[in-house]
Amino acid sequence: MMLTAVRLMALLTAVVLAGNAHAQDPRLEAAKKEGKVVWYTSLALPSAEKVAKLFETAYPGVKVEVHRTGSERILSRVMQELQAGIKNVDVVHTSDAGHFVLLKSKNLLLKYTPAGVDGFPAGFKDRDGYFYGLRATVSVIAYNTKAVSAAEAPKTWKDLLDPKWKGKMVTAHPGYSGVIATHVLALVNQYGWDYFKQLAQNRLMLVQSAVDPSGVVASGERAVAVDGGEYTFYQTKKKGNPVELVYPKEGVPLVVSPTAIMSFAPHPNAAKLFTDFGFSREIQQVMADSEGLYTGHPEVKYPADKPKLSELKLLSVDPEELEKRNEEIKKRFVEFFGA
Amino acid sequence: MSRVLTADVARAGVPRRLAGVDRALPVWAAVILLLVFLMALPLGWLVWMSVGAGGGVSLDHYLAVLHSPALMKALWNTVVLAFWVGLMSVAIGAPLAWLTARTDLPGKGLIRALVLASFVTPPFLGAFAWVMLAGPNAGVLNVLWRDVTGADGPLVNIFTMSGLVFVVTIYTFPYVYIMIANTLALIASDLEEAAAILGAGRFTVARTVTLPMVAPALVSGFILAVLQALALFGSPAILALPAGFHTITTQIWALFQYPPKVEMAAAVSMPLLLATALLLLVQKRLLGRRGYAAVGGKGGQRRPIPLGAWRYPALLGCLAVMACAIFLPYGILAKAAFARAWAQPLTWSNVTLGNFTFTFFEYGATRAAIVNTLELGVATATIGAVLVALLSYITNRRLIVGHQLVAFLAFAPIVIPGVVLAVALFIAYTRPPFVLYGTLAILFIAYLTKEMPVGYAQSDATFRTIPPELEDAGRILGAGRLRILRDVTAPLARSGIIAAWCFIFIGVLRELSASIILFTPTTKVMSVVIFDLKEEGQFGAIAVLGLAMLGLTFATVTLVQRALGRDVLGVRE
Repeated sequence: MMLTAVRLMALLTAVVLAGNAHAQDPRLEAAKKEGKVVWYTSLALPSAEKVAKLFETAYPGVKVEVHRTGSERILSRVMQELQAGIKNVDVVHTSDAGHFVLLKSKNLLLKYTPAGVDGFPAGFKDRDGYFYGLRATVSVIAYNTKAVSAAEAPKTWKDLLDPKWKGKMVTAHPGYSGVIATHVLALVNQYGWDYFKQLAQNRLMLVQSAVDPSGVVASGERAVAVDGGEYTFYQTKKKGNPVELVYPKEGVPLVVSPTAIMSFAPHPNAAKLFTDFGFSREIQQVMADSEGLYTGHPEVKYPADKPKLSELKLLSVDPEELEKRNEEIKKRFVEFFGA
Repeated sequence: MSRVLTADVARAGVPRRLAGVDRALPVWAAVILLLVFLMALPLGWLVWMSVGAGGGVSLDHYLAVLHSPALMKALWNTVVLAFWVGLMSVAIGAPLAWLTARTDLPGKGLIRALVLASFVTPPFLGAFAWVMLAGPNAGVLNVLWRDVTGADGPLVNIFTMSGLVFVVTIYTFPYVYIMIANTLALIASDLEEAAAILGAGRFTVARTVTLPMVAPALVSGFILAVLQALALFGSPAILALPAGFHTITTQIWALFQYPPKVEMAAAVSMPLLLATALLLLVQKRLLGRRGYAAVGGKGGQRRPIPLGAWRYPALLGCLAVMACAIFLPYGILAKAAFARAWAQPLTWSNVTLGNFTFTFFEYGATRAAIVNTLELGVATATIGAVLVALLSYITNRRLIVGHQLVAFLAFAPIVIPGVVLAVALFIAYTRPPFVLYGTLAILFIAYLTKEMPVGYAQSDATFRTIPPELEDAGRILGAGRLRILRDVTAPLARSGIIAAWCFIFIGVLRELSASIILFTPTTKVMSVVIFDLKEEGQFGAIAVLGLAMLGLTFATVTLVQRALGRDVLGVRE
């Protein structure tokens, strides 16, 4: 408890210092005039609120309006608002890279390169410079250690097809979550749709957000999660819940979650400040430390109790392909799983 | 009846009859125009969208619905759900009503209060609580069951059709209860006594005398319950989706995902709309029949039927129902609000106020949503109460030609389920000339339209009790119609109008099915925030917000009881 408080203080100091470094930034005055930045984000709610608070501490006078929902809901939202001529959102951040391909093709994104992204790996950068990966996670299997022993726990994606898991598993939904949409495409590329058709035979519980399986497994409502953001399982486990993570050795879907500023952003200066802030080493480190996320920042250190990205076999998906097959993914998933 | 007649005759004799139209005419005209505008425009768009294709008219969208197994399955699921909810609501509501209205059951006041509590509990909160109670593995009832019996399987699995029927029923049976209790209160007990004197046992009396007299009310209650179940969005979204099945309301909502299929949503809405209209028509026919001379009027005395040895078992039965609807769900919500992990025992290390601080101080959307909800609630209730008061005044005093049409229009929104209304409003108000999407105004219109029938019913009942003679006296003394309305009628109707205000306010507070389609991030309301949190599995925060919502609801109910001087269920003792 004490330790957390000390770490939080240290963190706040670091962040305020980071903010001060930008204090001369001419955009700051303009941002203060705008007063706020509107952020549609799919980052888990407590994590998103934390990032917002840190920004508000570093830049007093600029508020962050957090609107958290699933990646796919965010896209629907943005498109519906555009259709009605509503210009509300400044920064869009989802876990479905395909969204950004779509938004870019419709000229809805502002071309902006956040400070400090030069050292990021290629997978975190749009080649035209419209969007950049703010964070990354992998989709993994997790199980409740009270319900399942390490020996009998599933080790591979195909283990989940075993009928012994019937009625004992949970999945999140690609119609809601970008992490899951990415996960589904990665595994479809690996094993074909047949994999999901067979998986559905095991009568899974369907939740929406990729955050939710961790809660469902922790409470013991289901023994095994067949997907979900690794960072949410990691956080749940750190809080003392009986949850263990499995990184199948055939590979884990890598989900890079881009962020971009909208071309019509009503608060462009605040949006740029906020975007830069997100890519600063301090915030990238916060995401790695307390949230358990991966990032593209080369200097970020990761907790010792987590595998490094370089130690994992990663299954990457092409954002263009994700965009093209978006509807197919949702449709077939619903076809197999019922809703 | 005779009173109305005298008034009519009296008016016919007064030469100023035409002058009665006087300056008030523009007010009436405006009110009626508003009614048409609230409904005609959105519904017009809805129908047009469902048949419009590439400029022409076609049935393509309907054919697409017919040929989509998923949509047909959703329709069928809705039919199954609604039918069973109707049946179960009657099975629970009718005996409960009979027990509290007709017998010497102990603790009647308590049972009535609990039925009322179930009546005003937002169904989606109940559904959410039952996830924690009866999730097949972590649900506390199932954990207890396994601990006690050593069984392997769960006692109940709430993520099933029968689970859904159960949860919807425990918050729908009050509709049946109200119908039956109100009817029983109007039936004199002389017929029953006659049967008893002729040697029938008390249950034979109930079966052969009382039951036939309340039969129309039973069917009517059944229909009301069916209508509730048809229109419900929250409970199916919370209980059916995890089990992998849709109902028509969740399906319509899913059609709004990108890329949105609004035309399909419009086409799927039609069966729901037609079914509702048809059921209401049947109900009206049924209640309109005059074949039940024994019902109504001021009959003789009503003596409570002694239950004898059955008194306490009956009370236990009532309490068991209320445990499912109130005690257990409220208990688990309270636990989740104060627990770090809701599924773990509430030990000291598991107790926290963190859910409260997170909900009210860290989560930015909460406060904005509470403010939005209250603003919309007050605005809708205030404007709505004035509107329904005017409307029921017009219809009760027969002030204009076609006042029957006004009454019909005021009731008409009852045939539009919330989701369908939302689809219609979305289509109508996301395009010129009226772009209201993204503002609170579109939610306001939705709420006003949706709550109008309830408010109108309450207001209508109020004006029925105010005799027109006082107003006529005012007229004779030279006051205009508007002045009389203000100085004579309004003071008399005050408590009834306050009650209408409260009914509308409670309705707005719990509204989810229309809000979920019409909200934007800046116009979130409490129910939408709760639903958002549900999708991310933030149980603690949902519990906190849910309790806040219940607190607001019960405060309003207390207000309404004060205003009416009796309880909301409207049963005369």
